[in-house]
Amino acid sequence: MDMRVNLAGLVLKNPVLTASGTFGFGLEFEGYGDIASLGGIVVKGLSLKPREGNPMPRVAETPCGMLNAIGIQNPGVEVFLKDKLPRLPWRETAIIANLYACDVAEFGDLAGVLAGEEGVAALEVNVSCPNVREGGAAFGQDPLQIVRVTEAVKKRAGGKPVIVKLSPNVTDIGACARAAESGGADAISAVNTLLGMAVDLRTRRPRLANVVGGLSGPAIKPVALRCVFQCLKAVQIPVIGLGGIASAEDALEFLLLGAAAVQVGTANFLRPDFSFRLVEELPRALAGLGAADLDSFRGSLQLPL
Amino acid sequence: MTRRNCREMSVGELTPLGQWERPGEFFRLRLEGEGFARWTPGQFVMLRPLAWGPEILWGRPFSIAGADAGGVEIFFQVVGRGTARLAQLAPGEGVAVWGPLGNGFVLEPGVPVLMLAGGVGLAPFLGYAAAHQQPADLDLFFAHRLPLACYPYAELAATVKAEAMCEAVPADLERIIARMRERMAAMAGAGLVLACGPTPFLRTVRQAALDFGVRAQVSLENRMACGVGACLGCVSRDAHGHHVQVCTQGPVFWAGDVEL
Repeated sequence: MDMRVNLAGLVLKNPVLTASGTFGFGLEFEGYGDIASLGGIVVKGLSLKPREGNPMPRVAETPCGMLNAIGIQNPGVEVFLKDKLPRLPWRETAIIANLYACDVAEFGDLAGVLAGEEGVAALEVNVSCPNVREGGAAFGQDPLQIVRVTEAVKKRAGGKPVIVKLSPNVTDIGACARAAESGGADAISAVNTLLGMAVDLRTRRPRLANVVGGLSGPAIKPVALRCVFQCLKAVQIPVIGLGGIASAEDALEFLLLGAAAVQVGTANFLRPDFSFRLVEELPRALAGLGAADLDSFRGSLQLPL
Repeated sequence: MTRRNCREMSVGELTPLGQWERPGEFFRLRLEGEGFARWTPGQFVMLRPLAWGPEILWGRPFSIAGADAGGVEIFFQVVGRGTARLAQLAPGEGVAVWGPLGNGFVLEPGVPVLMLAGGVGLAPFLGYAAAHQQPADLDLFFAHRLPLACYPYAELAATVKAEAMCEAVPADLERIIARMRERMAAMAGAGLVLACGPTPFLRTVRQAALDFGVRAQVSLENRMACGVGACLGCVSRDAHGHHVQVCTQGPVFWAGDVEL
């Protein structure tokens, strides 16, 4: 079955991408499958300068999910370009850089550093970070800021597709999606983690040193589906669906709504070969539903009249 | 497609230890299938039973207590909902196993070794004693809270020189620490100390290693989600204050290279 996806001009061999922060730089998973078989790899969030990230504990398992507050620990974009990217099979699969910055200009600079890199297929913008220049509220919670960040990245992206990864922690995600589209985004990924919290009754402490963190895993799938549905209604550009995908059927649910592709995040922790197995299972699961191909299945959701 | 490091194994034996003392708390688990031809004591595996649904997401990390071409053995204590579920595994059940992971202890033939184990931290030393060419060069000091029958201690004491001290009441802790330091001081200059146990235990080992100038390695047991270096959830700080991943850069570190 032809599983290829055309994502804003970027051709993926299949709709399975790995989500940022759950698949390292891809190299960590080389022993568990053929990373070139994936539709693409969205690498760990990159900042201009290296970041140590948050103090421990940083992760907590919750029923059907987990919380994380890693704090974008990463070696910085230069180390990625020098040490990681050359070792990745970027001619065979899409390597998507995930951008993290704390002001608009920095986002633009980061895009500028990546723009000329042949091995980077697209840029995904993480707007869930606090805007340090504008009082610390997350960029992603203000459509006006989303427009500005998207414009800044798009202007310096050297023609690469720009994907804006939206936060679900907003009142109207459709407005955020429209903001990204009007800023020039080529695609949207939805959604990032839901803000959550867990406490330990015995020690009477929060279970994360950062107190609050991002909830991911199967627990958030219904929220993610709703967000993707609302984004699809709001914009014309492609939407990549993610949030709680832990089986081929979960992935198909996002595609049924009309998502162009999907990202697998927390399920990579269920077992390290999860995404490779999903690539193999997806065509079978699709055929099992009687679909002739991916394109005819995508968006075939029947809504009540 | 190569999947050399994630395999599906089946539950061989699941043996409760010391069940007459504390029912269902300590277990020895043997998984059968394609085992590990090559591994180093101190390395670990991640396990996740195939029957686990989405309710418990992460695999669980365990020191390899023993492994061969036909299987792998671990020793575990029930401490939470994951290990409680592992304790209910039935023979023949499928388990996803990935590993061997991380870096193990050094093996230096001819060098006297003092193995310091705290509680369930005894596990990697079963493998170490089995892999070592001259178990007669090995000494074990074991600090524990529950009866010795709960741990695979007797088996290890049959092959290496072993000493155990029980922390039955809080006041015992001071005696144990004094004895540990005494044993470590005797290793200065010529020997090697290897330690696995809870963080306060490892902190004592690290301090004594620095005080006496003893070469020592410590095996950390931070909570992990992935085990392969991707989630960055298990980090500790190195001597320069930078984060290091316990799963891929450890779990065994030279005592001076890591903050505890």
